[in-house]
Amino acid sequence: MSLLELDDVSVTYRIASGEVPAVRGVSLKLAAGAALGVAGESGSGKSTLAMSLLRLLPADARVTGKILLDGEDVLTMKWGRLRAVRWAEASIVFQGAQHGLNPVRRIGDQIAEPLLVHGLAKPEGARKRVAELLDQVGLPSWRARSYPHELSGGQRQRVMIAMALACEPRLIIADEPTTALDVMVQAQVLTLIKELVASQDISLIMISHDLSVLADVCGQLAVMYAGRIVENGPSHEVFHDARHPYSKALAAAFPTVGDPVSRMAPKGLGGDPPDPMRLPGGCSFHPRCPVAVEACPTLDVELWSAGAGRTAACVHVKEAS
Amino acid sequence: MTETETPVEHAAATRTTLLEAQDLHVDFASRGRRARAVDGVNLAIGEGEIVALVGESGCGKTTLARTLLGLERPSSGTVRYGGAPLSYDSRSLKAYRREVQLVLQDPTGSLNPRHTVYEAVAEGPRIHGLPDEEKVVADALSRAGLRPPERFFLRYPHELSGGQRQRVVIAGALALNPRVLVADEPVASLDASVRGEILALMLKLRADLGLSALVVTHDLGLAWNIADRVAVMYLGRIVESGPVEQVLTAPRHPYTQALMSVLPESPERVILTGEPPDPTRIPGGCRFHARCQVLASGRAEEAGVAARCRTEPLEILPAVPTAQEACHYAALNP
Repeated sequence: MSLLELDDVSVTYRIASGEVPAVRGVSLKLAAGAALGVAGESGSGKSTLAMSLLRLLPADARVTGKILLDGEDVLTMKWGRLRAVRWAEASIVFQGAQHGLNPVRRIGDQIAEPLLVHGLAKPEGARKRVAELLDQVGLPSWRARSYPHELSGGQRQRVMIAMALACEPRLIIADEPTTALDVMVQAQVLTLIKELVASQDISLIMISHDLSVLADVCGQLAVMYAGRIVENGPSHEVFHDARHPYSKALAAAFPTVGDPVSRMAPKGLGGDPPDPMRLPGGCSFHPRCPVAVEACPTLDVELWSAGAGRTAACVHVKEAS
Repeated sequence: MTETETPVEHAAATRTTLLEAQDLHVDFASRGRRARAVDGVNLAIGEGEIVALVGESGCGKTTLARTLLGLERPSSGTVRYGGAPLSYDSRSLKAYRREVQLVLQDPTGSLNPRHTVYEAVAEGPRIHGLPDEEKVVADALSRAGLRPPERFFLRYPHELSGGQRQRVVIAGALALNPRVLVADEPVASLDASVRGEILALMLKLRADLGLSALVVTHDLGLAWNIADRVAVMYLGRIVESGPVEQVLTAPRHPYTQALMSVLPESPERVILTGEPPDPTRIPGGCRFHARCQVLASGRAEEAGVAARCRTEPLEILPAVPTAQEACHYAALNP
C-alpha cells in the first residue's frame, strides 16, 4: 500500500475579491521509502500542496479531495490525532531555515521540543536523542548549546532536518530545503537528505523549482503548472526527455555546463505564469506554449499515458498514444 | 541574436580594457578584527565583454563589485575606468555612475512599491538632468523588452510579474546610457522559466549596445549561458580565471573542480567540508589548503608540494584574459 495517496485534492483560497484556485485536482501516490520531487514555479501551487498534506494552511483555504496517510484521511482527522501525526508520522522542513528557529533558545532545546511535547522522551533521554540527531546530520553534539545566530545557514538547515527527524517520522516534506544555501552547502545538505532517506527508509516529498536538483535526489518527479500536475514519471526520464512542453522548458532553464547547445544560448519561456484568478481556458499553458495547436484553448486536458509509468497533460501526448 | 555570439568574434585578447581592478584590497573592521574581504585582486573587463565572478557567499565577490562601482573605497590598490584611476569626490563619482550601473538581485526589494514604472526609470535621468525625459524612459523600457513602453508607464511594481520587475530594474540602469552593467545575482530571485529570458536580454544588450557586464553569481550555469570569461573567487582572491569554455570544461584549481563537481549529475562529487572560512582568519600558505581535496587525499604530498601548500603563499594572479590558476599543485603540470 502507498504510504501517501492524494485523490483529487483541490485547494481554494477565499479572498476579498473572490476565490483563488491554487491546487486543482491533484492525484498522487507515494510508496513507503520512495522519494517524490514536485517541481513548479511560484504560483504553481506546489507549496500550497505541501502545506495541505499536514493541514497547515490558513483558515481561508478550503481543501477538498482525500489525503490518505497510511490509509487514514488527514482532512477528516480529529484535532488531537492530527497533532500526533504531525512530527511523529510526517514532518516538514521549510525553506529559509533561519526564520524557522527561535533566536533566543538553544538549538538542543528546540530539537528536543517535539520529543517532549509528544511524550516520546523524558528530559534526560531527550538530551541523548538530541546528541544522536546532531550526529546524524553531521553536527558536533556540543552544538546543542549554541544559539541559532552562532550557526551558519547550512548548519541551521541541518538543525531543521534534525528536528524533522526527531520523532522518527515515516514521511518528510522538504519545501525548497536548499534554496537559500550556497552551492557547496547545498550539495552537503542534499547528500545528507539522500543518505537519510536511503538508510532510514523514510519517504520524502521534495519541492523545488530546480528540476536538476529534484532529478538528483528523487526517483519520481511531478511537474506542476497553474495548480495542476502536467507531467509525472521517473525523474531521469522527465528531466532528460520531458513530454510536456512546460517540463521541457523547466529542464532547459538550468543548463548543463559543458553542453555546447546551451553555451551563449540561455533558454527561457516567453510570457509569465498565469494569474490563478484568471486562468486561461482549455490547457492553462497554451498562451506560453511553443507547440500549441488550434484545439489547445478549448481542450479539456487530463494526464494521458506517456509511456511506462509516465503521464503528461498535453494534446501531443494524447495524439501519440 | 544569440547566433552572432561566437567566441571567435569576441576573442578576449583583442578587447581594450574598460574597467579594471589593480591589486585591490578592501578591509573591514569585524568584531575588533580586520576582515580582508578583498585581499589582492586584479581583474579587467574589456569593452563589450561579459565576465562572470563566481564564488560562495562570504568570498568577497559582492564587496569587489561594490568597490568597482565606487560604492566602497579600497584600502589599497586602484579601480581604473577607461585607463584613469577613479576619483572619489562626489562630482567625479556622479559622472562615473552614469557610465557604470548596478543591477540588483531582488527586483521586488529594489523597486519602491509606491513609485510607478515611469518614476522608477526616470529617477536616474532626473538626478543627472538629462533632457527629453519621457523619450529616455520610453527607450530604456523598450530596450529592456517592455513594449510598448507607454503601456507600462503608470503601472506599479505589484502589478508586474517578477520577470517584468527585473526588466524595469534593468531599464532604470539603461536609462543613463551606461557602458558597463554590474549585476549582482541578476536572476537568483526569478522563476526558472523567466531566468533564461533575462539572461537572453543581457546578451542582446551586449550585441545591440556593446555593453560590458560583470555578473556576480554563485551559479556556474549562468556563466556557461552568457559569460565570455569567468573568475573564481575564494576568500578574497581570484584563484582561477580565463575563457568560460576552458575554465568550466577543464578546471585546474581544486576549488573550481570542487564547485563543478557538485553540479547536479556530475559523475564524482567532491564535497568540501565546512563552510567557507572566515576572512578575519585567512590561513597561511595557500588560502584554500585547509579545505583542499588534493592536499587531503595525499596527491599533493606524492607530488612533493604539500609543504609549499601549507606554508608558501601564492602570487596574486595578474589581469590577463588567458586561463590561469593560483595553485602549487596545478603549477607542476602547466
